[in-house]
Amino acid sequence: MGGVWAILQHRDGKAHSGSWEAITAAKRIAEATGDTADAVVLGSGVGDLAREAARTGVSAVRVADLPALAAYVPGPYAAALIAALEQERPRFVVFPHTYQSVDYMARVAHGYGAGVLSEVVALAAGGDGLVWTRPILEGKLQAKVRIRGDGPMVVSVQAGAFAAAERAAGAAAPIEALPAAAAASLEPERELLGVEDAATDVVDLTAAERIVAVGRGIGGPDKLPVVQELAAALGAEIAASRPVIDNGWLPRDRQIGSSGQTVAPKLYVAVGISGAIQHLVGMKGAACTVAINKDPGAPIFNVADYGIVGDLFEIVPALVKALRDGRPS
Amino acid sequence: MKIAVCIKQVPDTEARLRLNKQGTWIEEEDLPFVLNESDECALEEALQIRERQGGGEVVAFSLGPERVREALRKALALGADRAVHLQDAAFTGGDPIATARALAAAVAREPFDLVLTGSQSDDLGWGVTASLLAAHLGLPHAWLVMGIELEDGGAAARVVREMEAGKNEIFRLRLPAVLEVQAGINHPRYASLKGIMGAKRKEIASVGRADLGLAEDVAGAAGSRVEILAVEFPRAGGGAKILEGDAASAAAQLVELLRSEARVL
Repeated sequence: MGGVWAILQHRDGKAHSGSWEAITAAKRIAEATGDTADAVVLGSGVGDLAREAARTGVSAVRVADLPALAAYVPGPYAAALIAALEQERPRFVVFPHTYQSVDYMARVAHGYGAGVLSEVVALAAGGDGLVWTRPILEGKLQAKVRIRGDGPMVVSVQAGAFAAAERAAGAAAPIEALPAAAAASLEPERELLGVEDAATDVVDLTAAERIVAVGRGIGGPDKLPVVQELAAALGAEIAASRPVIDNGWLPRDRQIGSSGQTVAPKLYVAVGISGAIQHLVGMKGAACTVAINKDPGAPIFNVADYGIVGDLFEIVPALVKALRDGRPS
Repeated sequence: MKIAVCIKQVPDTEARLRLNKQGTWIEEEDLPFVLNESDECALEEALQIRERQGGGEVVAFSLGPERVREALRKALALGADRAVHLQDAAFTGGDPIATARALAAAVAREPFDLVLTGSQSDDLGWGVTASLLAAHLGLPHAWLVMGIELEDGGAAARVVREMEAGKNEIFRLRLPAVLEVQAGINHPRYASLKGIMGAKRKEIASVGRADLGLAEDVAGAAGSRVEILAVEFPRAGGGAKILEGDAASAAAQLVELLRSEARVL
């Protein structure tokens, strides 16, 4: 048993950005274990994606190009992959930690008899083998973990943790079919009915130059005017982290993060947001980030440019006053 | 309809966290514990399904030490009919592989039409335990569920699942199945005084490793493929410039920096 497989995710043959990051992670693991890294593409009509993956410095691209894999359904995707894994026996199987890949990767691990290590953000080779880092407690802490035993392992890597593999011009890796996948039973257990927008009135926050985002720390919908006043003083759009949306305090089209919008404004003011990874992936492109939070250990302070530690109900009104006082008349 | 709901008790993420002496986990003494947010939504969804169906049974399962009985008692107060506590020192230190194996053995002792749980725990956050549970039980499964409607008299379900970038996908699944709900699928109810009083008379069955027919080497840490070596606060390197002073002073400094240094005002 040996080798590292990166499982690429795509929609209609167009790669999810996490796929290229999974390849980088697979290459890092392969480097540390003295193995080779391969890219794996499951789907139908995915030749272009396979050729693109062949230019990322992998040893080979393994492809299951089958009509039954045209649309993502976990059962057929898992069955095809398990059959291929059992034939080829790679040690590591690396997925992007996405809504689609995590939906089926544990089923793959179970079928392959592998362990699972999800949401990895870093990897280091120690004297005692590989040490993996992953966020815990909503990003407030990190855990250093070790794999036990030498059986196969399924790993997922968090968005942005590894750089996207470059697709270089020049020599391309060989592209090979995975015959075992074609022989697997690929009956879909889900009858797909459609895709819809999660929010009805979609506000486009991606165009906003300034955003004031509010988190759980606001405490309740009756307190929202505090941050709305700041947004008004800055000429900013109001947005929120997931808990605020889940509680129904603001509509879902105001959500920033992995299940909401991804923004890159010039100014992002995070008020009462602790900074769970699911939120950070949606706003890390901001040019300047301000964090206001009562907890000095909140992870948002690690990504912010400026921080004020304290009670938002004192700081935000003071900030509104400072903005208005200093405004040229 | 008989529904199993798997719940986890987790540290209150609003609490101030400290590391234990060895740096291998957080100090649990004096730490408040709560019912995991998305698991509470899974329980609420089960209760709503039971109400819409006009009957049925909701059974809460949880694995963990003695304190977990509080979480199960809360589930009973909210409306679960009975609870099963997987309690055994042998379960300690389990990774998703070991924990899913134990949960599967417990859930499989009775026939269920539906197994619900939250999509992710707010402490370890592996996000894969319930899909391993589904694999053990040989049932279809979905992660990040935002809507469940029963069809064909409970033989199937129309499921709405969250995707990236503000989209949902909709599909139909045969039941029984394991569905992992997202926080936000509903607004969990509060326990009533009557519910709290009534919970005291409801059953919490305790089951251990041997009751579930599990060998020692497949439970807890011994049956795990992943182990935590250490936990730490993320390094604040390159982090925010923290503005000191009272609110007015910090606010004035910030406005000045946004103007002159960041040049975003």
